[in-house]
Amino acid sequence: MPSYVNPEKCDGCKALDKTACQYICPNDLMVLDKAAMKAYNRDVSMCWECYNCVKICPNQAVEVRGYGDFVPMGASATPMRSTDSIMWTVKFRNGNIKRFKFPIRTTPEGSAVPEGGFAADGDLNSNALFTEPASLGLPEVFTLRK
Amino acid sequence: MANFQTVIVETDLLILGGGMAACGAAVEAAHWAKKHGLKVTLVDKAAVDRSGAVAMGLSAINQYVGLKDGANTVKDYVDYVRNDLMGVTREDLVANIARHVDSTVHLFEQWGLPIWKDEKGAYVHEGRWQLMINGESYKVVVAEAAKNALLKTGVGEIYERVFIVGPLMDGDRCAGAVGFSVREEKFYIFKSKATLAAMGGAVHVFKPRSSGEGMGRAWYPPWNSGSSAYFTLKAGAEMTCQEVRFIPVRFKDAYGPVGAWFLLFKSRATNAFGGDYMVERKPELEKWGPYGRVKPIPANLRNYLGMLDTLEGKGPIYMRTEEAIQKIADQYKDDPKAYKKKMKELESEAWEDFLDMTISQAILWAATNVQPEEKSSEIAAAEPYFIGSHSGASGAWVSGPEDLQTDTTRNDYFWGYANMSTVPGLFCAGDASGASSHKFSSGSHAEGRIAAKSAIKYIVEHNQAPKVDAAAVEAIKAEVLKPLDIYEQFKGATTDPEVNPNYMKPRMFMFRLQKIMDEYAAGITAQFSTNEALLTRALELLAFLKEDSEKLAASNLHELMRCWENVHRMWQAEAHVRTMLFRQETRWPGYYFRSDKPTLDESKWHVFANCKYDPKSNSWQMLTRPILHIFEQQKAAVSA
Repeated sequence: MPSYVNPEKCDGCKALDKTACQYICPNDLMVLDKAAMKAYNRDVSMCWECYNCVKICPNQAVEVRGYGDFVPMGASATPMRSTDSIMWTVKFRNGNIKRFKFPIRTTPEGSAVPEGGFAADGDLNSNALFTEPASLGLPEVFTLRK
Repeated sequence: MANFQTVIVETDLLILGGGMAACGAAVEAAHWAKKHGLKVTLVDKAAVDRSGAVAMGLSAINQYVGLKDGANTVKDYVDYVRNDLMGVTREDLVANIARHVDSTVHLFEQWGLPIWKDEKGAYVHEGRWQLMINGESYKVVVAEAAKNALLKTGVGEIYERVFIVGPLMDGDRCAGAVGFSVREEKFYIFKSKATLAAMGGAVHVFKPRSSGEGMGRAWYPPWNSGSSAYFTLKAGAEMTCQEVRFIPVRFKDAYGPVGAWFLLFKSRATNAFGGDYMVERKPELEKWGPYGRVKPIPANLRNYLGMLDTLEGKGPIYMRTEEAIQKIADQYKDDPKAYKKKMKELESEAWEDFLDMTISQAILWAATNVQPEEKSSEIAAAEPYFIGSHSGASGAWVSGPEDLQTDTTRNDYFWGYANMSTVPGLFCAGDASGASSHKFSSGSHAEGRIAAKSAIKYIVEHNQAPKVDAAAVEAIKAEVLKPLDIYEQFKGATTDPEVNPNYMKPRMFMFRLQKIMDEYAAGITAQFSTNEALLTRALELLAFLKEDSEKLAASNLHELMRCWENVHRMWQAEAHVRTMLFRQETRWPGYYFRSDKPTLDESKWHVFANCKYDPKSNSWQMLTRPILHIFEQQKAAVSA
């Protein structure tokens, strides 16, 4: 299936105008069954297992079952993503469990300023992009022009 | 005709796509647009936060030149790329990206991307050009800067979930794009003074190894459906390197990354009998001209040596993870505490490599109880992809920058605006522009910035709204929505909507394309080999497929998108087959092998093989362009 939805946890994102998984899926796979008010993956053979539906679900209702045509059953990888890190629980077929925590960003969400604190000026006719040469850390942009 | 509302959006710069190149374009364009009172519109078929090839995340930044530390020069990077692509590279384009890419990486860091640092605060390198990152949210961070640039400044707007079908033309000039919403019944016409195509490469043109659920586990994402190639071809742009597909060798089936294992952990790959094909088949490299002697050995030649083992029945090919870890452990054999700490570190690094960018590989290892310190894991060659940003090179033929030309290159490589295709007003970046390989995520972002600044300059200097004929637009609308009409017209003819003699659903259409490409155009089943007769047959079968594309049927908006994605793939396929047929040699044996022309022919084919589709006469033109250097060449590297 790759990603699948646990019907006991999915509430169809009823407070939102569309489900979170439907909003994020890069391949337009997650849809809401309006009668059941449950989301589902409409074409599992086009699923990249990118986990974006899993990570975004407010109810942790979306999980992934490895591709049936080459992955033996019984393993899982489960993320818990916060604003600055992600915690993974990897469950092996033999029952072993590994946990990993990795940082995901160093700044508060929403704070990315386009010029990144570098002087942004310049000339439309120059070879420098808008944050350059400051963002290069060099006095000027490389050129072949003498 | 299906009753869709027509929405007309008029803008100055139209950015098509939402991945790394498009986000770079948005950030750069917003600055110059504000300065010059212009409007920027970005259109993405998905949600910008998680669209494009970096949607899942990445565990490394593959292009960082290190100019400020004097680690490498722009020329070093150009030499590396040219050698890896067997001499076929536009040096001006590669140099342009290389001189700007560090600037983009420094911005990523400021925006919040965690880049690994050593005790002295220097970036941790995976290899000479590669930086290690904690990249789960790489795309989220990059998208955030792009969105802030467009929306907070008031210069821009973003349309998500709008699928771009093709170009809108004003004579020979690109006047924008047409598409439809995949959420509501709306047909979109975007009219622009300049258009920047950055809609990614192409996956699922060839039959993948997995044929069930695992079909989706392509190495490059399945939503890269050839939209850039289709858009530029249909606009009449000259295309380059359409024969240069990329075949990555990755952990088998889940296609997890091997970079950390090869580069960071210094792992070897061996065959079933313990033989190291990089050592045992070294003499083979002598057959591939000057490129067999360069370091690092070109990706396709490394592939090729492994493929020869597989062909001889020496598989599986293994990544010797246990050996690599043991070697590292040996360095700590006298200090058990430090050893334990190092092993913990390695374990975390190895798993993060998968969890950041190919979670399926983590599941596959867990499902097969892999302990990499105990047991090797299989690696294998994936199906071919079209990805001008990696070790492939396919894309549009674009102008280089004025100040990176020499007297010898200027006539051939420069026509006014950096990254503009041969179609006025149509700019390309990322997988959409060709012959500028190895830009990866960071270089694609940098190239998006280059192209956007150049496009704004074009608009300032050609500030006229395009003229678009209303009747022509109505005809395009009818063509775009036709699969819905066909479905409605014929759905009652059978009891099963999937099987109908009057139409074809997009899924079977894709399978038919994949079978042709796989068997005749050097796919996996054909062991990546082809010849003139096979390619000619592929063109015959593609011609039938093209006729049948008129009978594609869609029962809803999602299927309508799938119909057009597969038409896009089909055009990428045709450009590929025609160019493999045109180039009468084998130059990248680990990407495809022309068994009737089995050797490198430097005297005739040390050139770009370009093609052009003429929409007016519905015909293809094949042509060569010279390979010229912007940097002086050492004697040894100069080819005959």
